[in-house]
Amino acid sequence: MDAAGPYDRAKALNAFKAGDQAFYWITRISALSVLFILGGIILSLIAGAWPALHEFGFSFLTTQRWAPSADPPVLGALGPIYGTLITSVIAMAIAIPVGLGIAIFLTELCPQWLRRPIGMAIELLAGIPSIIYGMWGFFVLGPFLANHFQPFLISTFEGVPVLGTIFAGPPSYLSLFNAALILAIMVLPFITSISVDVFKTVPPVLKEAAYGVGCTTWEVVRNVVIPYTRVGMIGGIMLALGRALGETMAVTFIIGNSFRITGSLFGPGTTISAAIASEFAESDGLHQSGLILLGLLLFVLTFMVLSAARLMLMRLEKKAGN
Amino acid sequence: MSELSVSSGIPSVSMPPPSALQGETRPKVTVRDLNFYYGEHHALKKINLTLMANRVTAFIGPSGCGKSTLLRIFNRMYDLYPGQRAEGQLMLDNQNILDPKLDLNLLRARVGMVFQKPTPFPMTIYENIAFGIRLYEKISKSEMDIRVEKALRGGALWNEVKDKLNASGLSLSGGQQQRLCIARTIAVRPEVILFDEPCSALDPISTAKIEELIDELKDQYTIAIVTHNMQQAARVSDSTAFMYLGELIEFDQTNKIFTSPTDRRTQDYITGRFG
Repeated sequence: MDAAGPYDRAKALNAFKAGDQAFYWITRISALSVLFILGGIILSLIAGAWPALHEFGFSFLTTQRWAPSADPPVLGALGPIYGTLITSVIAMAIAIPVGLGIAIFLTELCPQWLRRPIGMAIELLAGIPSIIYGMWGFFVLGPFLANHFQPFLISTFEGVPVLGTIFAGPPSYLSLFNAALILAIMVLPFITSISVDVFKTVPPVLKEAAYGVGCTTWEVVRNVVIPYTRVGMIGGIMLALGRALGETMAVTFIIGNSFRITGSLFGPGTTISAAIASEFAESDGLHQSGLILLGLLLFVLTFMVLSAARLMLMRLEKKAGN
Repeated sequence: MSELSVSSGIPSVSMPPPSALQGETRPKVTVRDLNFYYGEHHALKKINLTLMANRVTAFIGPSGCGKSTLLRIFNRMYDLYPGQRAEGQLMLDNQNILDPKLDLNLLRARVGMVFQKPTPFPMTIYENIAFGIRLYEKISKSEMDIRVEKALRGGALWNEVKDKLNASGLSLSGGQQQRLCIARTIAVRPEVILFDEPCSALDPISTAKIEELIDELKDQYTIAIVTHNMQQAARVSDSTAFMYLGELIEFDQTNKIFTSPTDRRTQDYITGRFG
């Protein structure tokens, strides 16, 4: 046995080396495939969007009219862009404070016995398919808002400049506001569960040190926990924003699919993804190309949002003295 | 003066008679019949002792003997964790620290704490100091500058950081970070400072600096220090408490503890026979 030792050892090592090589290539190919897939998607989007891009050029961004069956067809993306941005902004304005609030409560204040039920509810919320949200929004939330919440706001702000326009009637099941609210509920679990995870990484001794100079829980959270976890938290918020920008099914159900921009949040609108989803099946030619161009726009929009987030993080870090 | 009978028939432990301490001083923190529980676990058993003002009191003993636990009662840090409770009396001047109605934030401003690991906050050096001050006082920028400088000088750090006050507190070395934490603690003008093994993560030079600092700080503050390093206890403290398995075995002047301890277990511990 020991006579055969050195030779066997070399052979075994060789076998390992081959395995190592295979492992290296498998991981490398997996990583590179992401680039290929991404590049392929961008290329096919550009190729598909080319006719529309050629036909409308820059005015695609500034035209509000969407008339694919007119002669010649007129296609403008201003309505969907406006709808996408406005619903996402409102959704984030609602979801960020609530989501962070839940996360802070869960990690800093919540009694032990309540922690599990709330944590599980949040995770279940994340697991609900978006079509269910859409149906619930259409049959339950929409009517509720239209019958109770919207009339109240409309009558409250009637005649007030600016606010009067934003909250102008009539109440509707299908509106930008309803879509934004559904979006807020859908992205809430992302913000909460990521924030909870990063809040848990704050060393207890750091929190104790802050309590040790006499901070209240709020001061500890604001001055120690949030700065310490800033990067992870903003990452979670960006993930949520990415989902809000691209969310399709639920929004298509309840936004009303109108390309016209109204000043009122209670009016119908559309988003880029909702427009694609509702029209793609029956489109062809230039119309289809226009929808693909919309898709490309969403891609660019998401990319810009992510870049802006990166930039913001870098500036924050500079400010903190790193 | 309170006396404690130790269960195992050892002679009673008494406090150092005030007359034996050099100079004038008075009791600052008085602990009477203090028991502490982690859930069901009885971690501290009937502790009686007094911290004298402007003196350094060291707590020594093997790991798990309860010295850090005791320290964390002085500023009610244990309150952050459910299931931990203290019984008995713990007087800071004339106020019972264990009173459930006590304002904890105010207490923690009066009783500062420096931890085993340096814990600079994730902000600039300046902000690390100004942060604590701002919690209690509304002062102008120029006054704040003065207070920050004073605190950093008090923490023996000013000369090393005065040109980079806007750098992150995390960019300092371990020893500097620990002095930053001390500066941060004294910036809020506490009455008592608790040191929980402040040098255990530091190199010998930083350790010497911190010990020097502790010696200076006792002019103004009452100091309690938990340490695993017996030489350190001998160097910095005026009186020393030896704890073992949750009990206070012996509490006396430091030179007495280290030269002629009354209890066998104290002697065994300081001569390195166990622990």
